[in-house]
Amino acid sequence: MTTTDTTDHGSAPAPAAISRWARGATNGGLTPAAGLGLGVGVLWLSLIVLLPIAAVVVNAFEDGAATFWANVTTEEALSTIRLTVGASLLVTLVNAVVGTLIAWVLVRDSFPGQRAIEVIIDVPFALPTIVAGLVLISLYGPDGPFGVNLVGTRTGVVLAMLFVTLPFVVRSVQPVLMAMERDVEEAAASLGAGGFTTFRRIILPTITPAVLAGAALAFARALGEFGSIILISANLIGKTEVASAYMLKLVESDDPVAAASVATLLLIVAIVVLVLLDVLQRFATRRGATTPDLPGGAQ
Amino acid sequence: MKGVLRTIAVVYVLGLVALPVVTVLRSTFADGVGPVLDVLTSADFISALRLTLTVAGLAVLINTVFGVGMAILLVRYRFPGHRLLNAVIDLPVSISPVVVGIALILVYGTDGWFGPNVEAAGFQVIFATPGMVVATVIISLPLVVREVIPTLAEEGTEQDQAAQSLGANAVQRFRRITLPTIRWALAYGVVLSLARSLGEFGAVRVVSGSVAGESQTLTLFVNDSYQEFGPDAERAAFSAAFVLMMIAVLFIVLIALLRPKEKS
Repeated sequence: MTTTDTTDHGSAPAPAAISRWARGATNGGLTPAAGLGLGVGVLWLSLIVLLPIAAVVVNAFEDGAATFWANVTTEEALSTIRLTVGASLLVTLVNAVVGTLIAWVLVRDSFPGQRAIEVIIDVPFALPTIVAGLVLISLYGPDGPFGVNLVGTRTGVVLAMLFVTLPFVVRSVQPVLMAMERDVEEAAASLGAGGFTTFRRIILPTITPAVLAGAALAFARALGEFGSIILISANLIGKTEVASAYMLKLVESDDPVAAASVATLLLIVAIVVLVLLDVLQRFATRRGATTPDLPGGAQ
Repeated sequence: MKGVLRTIAVVYVLGLVALPVVTVLRSTFADGVGPVLDVLTSADFISALRLTLTVAGLAVLINTVFGVGMAILLVRYRFPGHRLLNAVIDLPVSISPVVVGIALILVYGTDGWFGPNVEAAGFQVIFATPGMVVATVIISLPLVVREVIPTLAEEGTEQDQAAQSLGANAVQRFRRITLPTIRWALAYGVVLSLARSLGEFGAVRVVSGSVAGESQTLTLFVNDSYQEFGPDAERAAFSAAFVLMMIAVLFIVLIALLRPKEKS
């Protein structure tokens, strides 16, 4: 077994084969087994991710660009896209500010109940979106304890998006803040920099890449959010119908081409915003002191 | 200043997340435990629970095998298209679950690219369990890979090479060296995937058809019950949501326990 295994990777005598394997493992060459694994993995990814996405784009343009354009510019499509993109941008902005603030408080402050807050941050990740929707409607719906009824309002839509995107910026900024050396700040302070100057000149450049990375994830999530929104939005056409709900309606009324068109437009918006944030992030990383070391490998 | 920031952070988090969660508990048990138990023992609920466990279990199994394999390939080998492959794995998290569902219909549905061939082979994907499993797999695709990669990269290949030179075969090296190295990261990834899979709604909603007692998962059960209106339907929705919420709480505790282990 041993000999076959080593000679598998080359016909040279055993010691040479091992060193070749070692080189292969660290900087390059695929062994036959790895090659097979890669083939299977890529085939699987193609079948479940690449082909389906290609199918969306192809279907969107199947009847020509004019049909695509007509599908995404109907009154209903326009209003749903405007609402979805607008609300997602707003939610991303709020997250960038409040998420950074929360991360800051969790890292630099200490108070009773901090652990609890730390755990609660993860709730939106673990809670199924439809349950999140039910949660929001029982609080801000007609029978809510505050007498505030947000069902069928755009505020309700934004609130649902804020709920599900809460952890993204917090969790990407937190590790960077934790890794930051305090002495640079102390040096700045000793040189007479005020709290705001220190924040703007020292802290902000360091955490900006992480904020942007978290913001990108939050934006993508908000743009496609469905489960948490449908109950509280009540799906009012022209008012609170988000893109996901509209696409589902199109597919169920047997108009997959129109659904694919809206989906393609959303993909384009997502790509544009993500690339924009990525460019900003690279720019900030070059200017900033450290590179964010993000869990989850967000680009 | 610090006090103000602290207050804003605490109020925002409690108001946005903690308060609503408490409210659901109140709504679920408004009429005591009895009616809730009636819902939880109803045939539709039990069949939804069973389907959810089947779909999530299969999806997590598939993603665990795929995730560990992909992580090993991406960390230990360099090949053309390495960066592209890396990016494609992350793609599904940036896409709306509804779009994922629609995309699957366009390929595997009756009028889809492969749909007719697949159906001719006596296999139904869309409006059947395989479609729901694949939709769930896509939605939670990167979770295991992304947790395992950093640990694997940090560990390097020295031990593996030593074992290789001592005559351990690939299976032995994986079981005795790689697996112990990545076990906490893997456990963390599996918990994250399971949480995501059990709670998936949008993508499954599109490809399931959602027939009560047949192709309805727990999340669909919550939605369909709530949309029916009436006090009984509403209680059914809240009771199922309560179960999902308890599962989520369990996962949050697990995540909190696993995170320090994974980081160490």
